[in-house]
Amino acid sequence: MFARLWQGRRIPLAWLLLTRQPMRLLVALAGIAFAGILMFMQLGFRDGLFDASVTIHRLLDADLVLISPRSSSSVSMAGFPRRRLVQAMADPAVVGITPVHWNLLLWRNPENRATRSILTLGFEPADPLFTDPSLARKAKLLQDRGRVLFDELSRPEFGPVAAWFRSGRTVESEISGQRVRVAGLVALGTSFGADGNLLTSHETYLRLLPNTPPGSIEVGLIRLTPGSDPAEVAARLKRRLPADVTVLTKDGFIAFEQDYWRSSTSIGFIFTLGAAMGFVVGCVIVYQILYSDVSDHLPEYATLMAMGYRLTSLLGVVAREGLLLATFGYLPAYAAGQGLYLVVRNATQLPVTMDTTRALTVFIMILVMCMGSALLAMRKLADADPAEIF
Amino acid sequence: MAPMLRLCALKHHFGSGAMRRQVLIDISLSVEAGEVVLLTGPSGCGKTTLLTLIGALRQVQEGSVQVFGEELRGASAAVRLRLRRRIGMIIQGHNLLRCLSAEQNVQMGADLLEGLSYRARRDRSREWLRAVGLQDHLDKLPHDLSGGQKQRVAIARALAARPQLLLADEPTASLDSRTGREVVELLKGLAKDQGCGVLMVTHDPRILDVADRLVQMEDGRLSQGAYAID
Repeated sequence: MFARLWQGRRIPLAWLLLTRQPMRLLVALAGIAFAGILMFMQLGFRDGLFDASVTIHRLLDADLVLISPRSSSSVSMAGFPRRRLVQAMADPAVVGITPVHWNLLLWRNPENRATRSILTLGFEPADPLFTDPSLARKAKLLQDRGRVLFDELSRPEFGPVAAWFRSGRTVESEISGQRVRVAGLVALGTSFGADGNLLTSHETYLRLLPNTPPGSIEVGLIRLTPGSDPAEVAARLKRRLPADVTVLTKDGFIAFEQDYWRSSTSIGFIFTLGAAMGFVVGCVIVYQILYSDVSDHLPEYATLMAMGYRLTSLLGVVAREGLLLATFGYLPAYAAGQGLYLVVRNATQLPVTMDTTRALTVFIMILVMCMGSALLAMRKLADADPAEIF
Repeated sequence: MAPMLRLCALKHHFGSGAMRRQVLIDISLSVEAGEVVLLTGPSGCGKTTLLTLIGALRQVQEGSVQVFGEELRGASAAVRLRLRRRIGMIIQGHNLLRCLSAEQNVQMGADLLEGLSYRARRDRSREWLRAVGLQDHLDKLPHDLSGGQKQRVAIARALAARPQLLLADEPTASLDSRTGREVVELLKGLAKDQGCGVLMVTHDPRILDVADRLVQMEDGRLSQGAYAID
C-alpha cells in the first residue's frame, strides 16, 4: 500500500511553491505563529483563571458540600446554621463532617505593614479538611490559640512570610487587629479571588471575626461511605434538609465557583474575544499570502490546466499549501506558548499549563484559519484561463 | 485511418455587436499522423486563436474541429480535458513553473501519464532533457536559465507527456540556428517515430524545409499548398 503510494507520488508542488519563496513563507509562518501565540495566551489565561478559581475547592476532603443559597462565590460566602451539617449525619451514607468557616480577612504584611485580603479557612484542627494527609500533621500546630498556617504559594505582596519562617524566625502579624503567629507553611496556590490563603482553627477564627453569629458556618464538608453515589445522597439530603442550605457534590461545588467567574464576570468573554482577534488576524495574513501566491502564479496555473491538469488537482495544491502553513506555523506557536506559559506561571502563580485540549483547540483553529483562507484564495484560480497563455 | 486533426469550415469571432470581429474565416485543414505541418503568416492573422481552438482551450463557435476523431464543438469540459492530455503544447512565453527546477518542470508533464512509477517518470524527464541538450542543467531553476534553455525545457515538458498531437507556437524563436535546427529535427523525428501529428506556427525561414506541408494564413484565411517545398 505504502509502496504503491510512493510509486505514485508526484512533484510536491505545494511544498516547492512555499519553500522556493522563503521570504513570503517566513512572513506567513510568522503571522500564523503570532496568531497561534495570541490564541494560546488568551485561552491559557482564560482556562488558567477558571482553573485557579477552584484551587482550594479541589483540595477539599469531601464528597458533598453544604453552602448557603445566598453564597455567590468563594469571595462572598454567606453563613448557614451549622445544625444542618449535624442533621446530615442522620443519613446512613454519611460517615464524617467538617464545618468550615470561609472568609476574606485583612492580613497585614509583616514587613511593610500594608494590608491585603487573604482567604481564611477556619476549622476544627482534629477534623479532616484537605485530602492531602500532610495537612493533618500540621493542623495540630493550630491547637494553640492565635496560630495560623500560611500558604507559601501566596503572592509576595503578603510579605516574605515563607522565607522568614524557613529561616527560623518567628513570624507574627495582625489580622483585624488581632495578633497571629505563623505556626507552619502549607502549599495550596492562589486563585482569582484570593491572592493568598490562611488556615486557622475554629477558635482563632472566631476571635478574628467576633461578630460571626454563633453556630453559623460558611461551608460544610460531608464525607460518605465508600461506594455510595454522591448524587443520590445529595438528592436525599436536599429533600430532608430545609431550604436554607444548598447541597452540592464536590464537582458541583467546583462548577458553582467556575460558573460564577464564567457567567457573572466578563473574564470569559474578554479572553475568548482576545483569542478570536488572534484568529481573525491570522486569517487575514494567511489569506493575503495565499491570494497573492495564486495571483503571482496564475499564468503557471493556466499552463498546467492547458497541459491537462484538472482544476481540482490545482485546488488541491492551494489546499496543501494551507495545510503546510498550518502545520509549520503551529509548531513555533506551540513552542512559544510553552515558554510564555512558564513565564506566566512564575509571574502570577496561576496554574496556566499546556493541556492537550488547548493544544488541540489552537491547532484546529489554525487549521480552520489556513484552510478557510485557502478556500477563499481558490476563487482566484477561477481566473486562470488556459486560452490566455499563448 | 482518421487524421489526427481535421478542421472543417471553422469560423471564430471576438466581441459582440458593433465590436464583433471575425478572426477566422472558413478554415479547413487536416494533419495526419506522422505529418509535420508548418503554419506561417503575419502576426495578428489569427494563428494563435487557431491553436487555442485546436488545443481545446477555447470553445468552438462555428464549424468543426475534430481531434483524434472527436468533435470539439460543444464538447464538455471533461472531454476537452481528456483530449488536452493527449495534445502537447509548446508556447512562446514558455510559462515554466518558476519554483520548479528544469527536471521538475519536465516531470510535471510526465506526471500526467498514468500507471508509471515515480522513478519511471523521472527517468523519462531526464531523457527528454538530454534530448534537448540540457543534461547539465537538470537542477537549475528557470530563473538561472537563458531564454533558449527555457524554451528547450518547455519543449521537453510537452514531449514528456507523450502527446499524439503537438502544437507549437514559434518553438525556435529564441534559439540560435543550430539548436533551433536540432529542436525541429527532434520534433520531426518524434512525428515519424511515434506517429504524432505536428502543427507548428513559425516565422523562421531556416526551418521551413522540415515541413511535409506548408500552410499560409492571412487575415483569417488559409491558402494551402501555395508554396512548393524545395
